[in-house]
Amino acid sequence: MGFSLDWSVFLQELPEGGVYYWEMLLSGLWWTLGVAACSWLIAMFFGSIVGTIRTTRSQPLVFFGNAWVELFRNIPLLVQMFLWYFVLPEVIPPLKRWVVAADPAEAQFLSATLCLGLFTSARIAEQVRAGIQSLPRGQRDAAQAIGLDTVQMYRFVLLPMAYRIIIPPLTSETMNLIKNTSIALTIGLAELTFRTREMGEYTFRFFEAFTAATLIYIAIAMTANRVMAVIERRTAVPGYIAGGK
Amino acid sequence: MQHRAGLSAFAAFIKEITLKRLIRISLAAFVVLAAPAFAQTLTGTLAKIRDTGTITIGHREASIPFSYLDDKQQAVGYAMDICARVVDAVKAELKNPNIKVALQPVTSANRIPLLQNGSIDIECGSTTNSVDRQKQVAFGPTYFVINVTAAVKKSSPIKTLADLNGRTISTTAGTTAVPLLKKYEKTGNVDVKEIYGKDHSESFLLLVDDRVSAFVMDDVLLAGQIANARNPGDFVIITESLRTEPYSVMLRREDPQFKALVDRTLGGLMKSGEIEKLYARWFTSSIPPRNVNLNFPITPALREAFKNPNDKGVQ
Amino acid sequence: MQFDTTVITGSLPYLWQGMQYTLQLTAISALGGLFFGTLLALARLSPIKPLALIAAGYVNLMRSIPLVLVIFWFFFLVPLLLQAALGAERPPQVGAERTAIITFIMFEAAYFCEIMRAGIQSIPRGQVYSAYALGLTYSQSMRLVVLPQAFRNMIPVLLTQTIILFQDTSLVYVISATDFVGAAAKIAQRDGRLIEMYVFVALVYFVICFTLSLAVRQLQRKIAVIR
Repeated sequence: MGFSLDWSVFLQELPEGGVYYWEMLLSGLWWTLGVAACSWLIAMFFGSIVGTIRTTRSQPLVFFGNAWVELFRNIPLLVQMFLWYFVLPEVIPPLKRWVVAADPAEAQFLSATLCLGLFTSARIAEQVRAGIQSLPRGQRDAAQAIGLDTVQMYRFVLLPMAYRIIIPPLTSETMNLIKNTSIALTIGLAELTFRTREMGEYTFRFFEAFTAATLIYIAIAMTANRVMAVIERRTAVPGYIAGGK
Repeated sequence: MQHRAGLSAFAAFIKEITLKRLIRISLAAFVVLAAPAFAQTLTGTLAKIRDTGTITIGHREASIPFSYLDDKQQAVGYAMDICARVVDAVKAELKNPNIKVALQPVTSANRIPLLQNGSIDIECGSTTNSVDRQKQVAFGPTYFVINVTAAVKKSSPIKTLADLNGRTISTTAGTTAVPLLKKYEKTGNVDVKEIYGKDHSESFLLLVDDRVSAFVMDDVLLAGQIANARNPGDFVIITESLRTEPYSVMLRREDPQFKALVDRTLGGLMKSGEIEKLYARWFTSSIPPRNVNLNFPITPALREAFKNPNDKGVQ
Repeated sequence: MQFDTTVITGSLPYLWQGMQYTLQLTAISALGGLFFGTLLALARLSPIKPLALIAAGYVNLMRSIPLVLVIFWFFFLVPLLLQAALGAERPPQVGAERTAIITFIMFEAAYFCEIMRAGIQSIPRGQVYSAYALGLTYSQSMRLVVLPQAFRNMIPVLLTQTIILFQDTSLVYVISATDFVGAAAKIAQRDGRLIEMYVFVALVYFVICFTLSLAVRQLQRKIAVIR
C-alpha cells in the first residue's frame, strides 16, 4: 500500500509540451509574490490610517474606523474573495464591462489584491489601535503639554512607540498575508498553490508537488521574518522587556 | 457524517487508539494461531475488508449524476448504484453478510492519495481512466464515456470549437480538460484565454453571467450544469469533441483478487443488460434532489463499451 | 439579478449541522491553542537556550506554511505517523473531523504563542524584578504578576485571533470535512445557486463575528487598566 517518491517529476515537461513543471511552479511563485507585495502596501496604508483614527477623540472618525474594521474582518476571506470576483461586477455595470473586456488574469489579480489588501488592513488597524492604546496615558498628556497638535502627537510621540510594540503581531500579519495569497486560487488566479494542485492533478505526484510548495513558502516566510526581526532589533527602545539591556 | 461533542471526541480518539492497539495485538495472535484454518489466502483489499469487517467507499459530493449528495445528504448516483453491486459481491465472496460500508467523501485532488494510503478501498465517482493514472492506480471496466467539448449560450455565434478562436472561455481547475485545451490551442492554431473556476458550478456561473463565451468540460457534466440552470433552454452543447474519455471505478494497483471481483461484477451487469436500467434511472429520468432530467441518452461509444467490457485508459 | 431563497430554506438543517461543527472546532482549537500557545511563549522567553530554540523553530515553521498546506499534510501524515507509532499493519482511520481538530490546535498554538509573547513583553521589566524582590519564584511571578496582565492587555488581540480562527475553519473543505462554508458550498454546487449561498454565508458570518467583536469591546471597557 506504500508509494514511491519520484523527485525527477519537476524536470518533466507538461502534457502540452515546451514547459517544465518547475517552471510552472515558478510562474505561480511570481504571482504569489506580486499579490503579496501589492496587497501588503494596501493593507499597511489603510490599516495605519484606520487604526490611528480609531484612537482619536472624533466620534465620526472613530465610527468610520470601527465600521471599516468590522466589515472587512468579519467575513471569511474565502467568501470575500468570491464576492469581489463574482458578485461585485454583477452589481456595478461599468465594472462588469471592464472585467469582460480585460485580460482574465488582470481581473483576477485586481480582485485578489484589493480583497486581500482590505481584509488585512482591518487586522492591521486593530494592531495599530491596540499598540497606541497600550501606551501609558502620560505620553499623550505630555505631548499635549509641550504644545504638539494632534497630528504631531501621533507622528512624533504615539505612532513611533506603537509601531515598535506591535512588531511581533505585525510580523504575524505580514506572514499571514503571504500565506493568504493561496486563497486567491479560489478565483482561478494561477499562484503557487494553484500551480501546485494543478501539477498534482497532471502528474498524480501530490506529495512531491506539495513538498516543493511547502519549502518555497517556508523560504519566503523566513525571509520576511528575518527582515522584521532585524527591524525589531534596530528599533528597540531600552527599558521595555523587548528592549534588551 | 457525525459530529461528536468536542473534547469528548478527542478523548474518545485517544481511547480508541489504545483500544485499537489491543484489538490489533489480539487479532495478530489469532491470525498466527488460526492461519492454517483459511483454505484460500486472501490478499490486498479483500484481506483488509475481511480483517476490518468494513469496506470504505470514496464518493464525490457534487458529481451529478455519478456520485453526489441528495437532499438527505446521502451519497447517491449512477456510480454509487454500481458500487452497491460490488459491495454485494464482496459480501458473497467473503461469506459475511455483515460487512459494514463506510462512506468517505473525496475530491478530485485527494482521491488518489486517499486510495493509496488506504483511507478508501474503491472510488465511485467520475474519474477518467488514463494511461498516466494507471501508473498509480487501477480501474474497473469503463461504465461511462464522455466527450470533452464546450457549452455556449444558444444566442452566441459560436457553433464549432474552431469558433472559439479569440474568445475567453472558462474551464475547471485540476481537470483533464485544461491540458487538452492547451494542446488544441497549439495544434489547431486557436488562441483562447482561459479562466479557471474552482468547481464546475463556478465555471458555469461565468458563462451564465456572460463573463466568458464558452465553458469547456466533459459533456455530461455540462449537461448536469445546464439542467440545473434557471433557464436550461438558453444553453447548447457543441457536438464536436476534443477527446473521448472512459470513466470507471478506481482501485489500488497490484491487487489482482479485488480487481477480478470488480471486473466480474461490472462485466456481469453489462452482459446482462442490467446496466441500461441503472443508466436510464440516472441519465434519462428525473433525479433528486430537484427532479431535473439530464436527457442524456446512451452514446454509441458507451454502447460499444458495454458490449466489450474493458479497462483501457485514454492516452 | 434574481435571488432564489428556496436553496437556503430547503437546506437549513444541513447548514446548521455544518455550523455546529464549525463552532465546536473553533472552541476546542481556541482553548487548546491558548493553552499550548502560552506554554510555547514561556518556552520561547525561557533562559534555557535549547528549549527557546525548539519553541521558536516550531512557531516559525507553523507560521510559514499556508493553513491549506498544513491541513493537507496533517490529513495525509497523521494516519501514517500513527501507523508507525503503533507498529500497525495499516494506517488507522482517523477521519477528517478529528484530523481538523488536531491540525487547528497545533496550528493555532503558534499564533497564540506570538500574541502571548508580545503581551509578556509589554510588561515593564521592573515588575518582574519587583516580583523576584518580593521573594516570588519564577512560576509564581509569571502566574501571579506577568501572565494575568499580559493576558488582559492582549484580550482584544486574542479574541481577534479567535474570530480569525472561526473564519479559517472554512478551509477544512480541502479534506472534505463539512463545516458551515463547506455545507453551503456543497449545496450551492449541487443546485447551481452560488451567489445566493455565498451572500447568505457572508451575512451569517458577519452577524456572528460582529456580535462577538461588540462583546469584545464591551469586555475591554470593563477590564481596561487606567494608566
